[in-house]
Amino acid sequence: MKLINYTLKYLSIALLLVLSVWAVLFYFRMISEIQNSLDDGLENNKMLVIKRVNKDAGIIERSGFSEHNYQIKEISGKHGLSFRDNYRDTLMWTLNDEEMEPFRMLSTVFTIDDKYYEMKIVASTVGEDDLVESLLYGLILLYVAILSSVLLINNLLIRKVWTSFYQLLRNLRAFRLDKDEGIKTTKTEVREFRELNDSLVVLAEHSVNTYRYQKQFIENASHELQTPLAISLNRLELLAEDETLTNHQLDAIGQVMSTLQRLIRLNKSLLLLSKIENRQYGAVEVVSVVQLVKSLINEYDDYAETKGVEIELIEEAELNYAMNKDLAAILISNLLKNAVIHNYEGGNIIITIKKYSLTISNTGKTVPLNEERIFSRFQKDSKNKNSTGLGLSIVKAITNLYNYQLNYTYSGRHNFTILFKKAV
Amino acid sequence: MKLLLVEDEVDLLEVIKESLEKEFFVVETVGNYADALQKLISYEYDCVLLDIMLPDGNGLDLLAKLKQLKKSDNVIIISAKDSVEDKIKGLEMGADDYLVKPFHIAELNARIKSVLRRKFLDGKNTIELANTRIDMDFRQVWIAGVELALNRKEFDILSYLAVNKNRLVNKIALAEQVWGDNIDGADDFEFIYSQIKNLRKKLKENSAEIEVKAVYGIGYKLIIL
Repeated sequence: MKLINYTLKYLSIALLLVLSVWAVLFYFRMISEIQNSLDDGLENNKMLVIKRVNKDAGIIERSGFSEHNYQIKEISGKHGLSFRDNYRDTLMWTLNDEEMEPFRMLSTVFTIDDKYYEMKIVASTVGEDDLVESLLYGLILLYVAILSSVLLINNLLIRKVWTSFYQLLRNLRAFRLDKDEGIKTTKTEVREFRELNDSLVVLAEHSVNTYRYQKQFIENASHELQTPLAISLNRLELLAEDETLTNHQLDAIGQVMSTLQRLIRLNKSLLLLSKIENRQYGAVEVVSVVQLVKSLINEYDDYAETKGVEIELIEEAELNYAMNKDLAAILISNLLKNAVIHNYEGGNIIITIKKYSLTISNTGKTVPLNEERIFSRFQKDSKNKNSTGLGLSIVKAITNLYNYQLNYTYSGRHNFTILFKKAV
Repeated sequence: MKLLLVEDEVDLLEVIKESLEKEFFVVETVGNYADALQKLISYEYDCVLLDIMLPDGNGLDLLAKLKQLKKSDNVIIISAKDSVEDKIKGLEMGADDYLVKPFHIAELNARIKSVLRRKFLDGKNTIELANTRIDMDFRQVWIAGVELALNRKEFDILSYLAVNKNRLVNKIALAEQVWGDNIDGADDFEFIYSQIKNLRKKLKENSAEIEVKAVYGIGYKLIIL
């Protein structure tokens, strides 16, 4: 829900409550004001009528609600003495509306020549239901008017005041840690937004620096590891040349060597990953994917053959892309290597090259891989102790670098597809 | 053959020296820029193995100095930095080769010998072992004057082992040399064996006086019978 609608929601509920309470109070206050004023009028009327009766007693005879707004009739003295003036609401038939209408009626008693007369004087008053009705309409009108003006003002204000906020939001959404840029902000006069802008700029800067530092750290650490790895490997290779070693000892050395090789490969992979992510692979040339795949198949066919895996190439189109040649080779070779390693004896690999895509499809385990996790670092098949767990991360990093799309699907076979952008 | 090894890591310096001495090279070692410059000015070397990152200077500056002095020493750069720019820069400055750490001893041997062959055997890039002659440029093998037909992989294996004759060659080093760097993630190296088997058979059938010997669990070694 947008901020403006959100405030409006609560504002409308609050307004409804306030206006309703106000309406009830206002209604009673108004009713009492009307009655007071009517009662004063009736009192005045009473005095006028009594004055006229004193001059002309015939009025008593001529009185009656059919002609006047008063009616006088004689009552007994006993009754007259105990009578007190009173006001009450009543209904009377009106000719103009042809229905019963509310009236205010004053009943009083006066004496002329020791005779007691009871007089009733009426004044037309407002109907309570009419009053409630018009009050309700007025209230609804007010309610709508207030809400729509709030909406209008808010909208105008938001457009003016919140511009920088929405601008910031857009920039935040576009912000990428690996793009090495901070966040751009627009000037604003609102203090809160200015503080938000400043905090975000600092936060972004800090994150970018941390990210850069970490990337740098991995690269430096890998570089620092190269020399000790070289020393260990070469020392072992020299040791293995000792003629006096037994087969048992040679076997042990061989095992340490292959572990060391794995370490070397892991280190190389980390270095490669940080170099890709640091965009240190510049030289781009047009690579013929078909040629490259053919030469890689040539490199891998002995390996595949001893594993009992057949490699088939389906060439549907020429595919030429501008990219770094080494990275192109690493990209395809990692996928191919995986397809061989995670295969079974008697299985096969089908490589399909289309106009904009390369698919490497292989037989293997009969369960699909976890699509979300396979491209993460160090996600590996526990059975394969020789894998670094970085092969597919590297593939992903390379496709990201060139904005190619990388998909995995399972159809009884494992299919990895690289969708290239429109051809160069 | 006299080599100068410029490397600031003492352990690496020692192990490389030990290995190179097995090849009967005379190896002198220095651990810093100043000493290296001194040696390069005073003496002639057939090949200089040069680490780029030295505590008191840059190996590339030494290379520049060497070219400035118009010395004919061949240079192989040894670097922990696997950067294309550095490689290109080093080669453009006149280095003969660029080797990234960590490397196999067999690889270092092969690179040094390739440089030295080019330097001394003017135009004749061959290796002779007993009755076997390997022509590196034309990729031909002759046993007692008769040409032996080998496929590409067999030739690559034989020549790599020949360069490292009597030395144990790690099977991974061999795989990388013959099948390419990308093969190193393979989960086993059985596939080398089938090529070796063929090669052995051909050598034996043609009565070569050399043999490819398997060293249990580690790799292969070419020996002269």
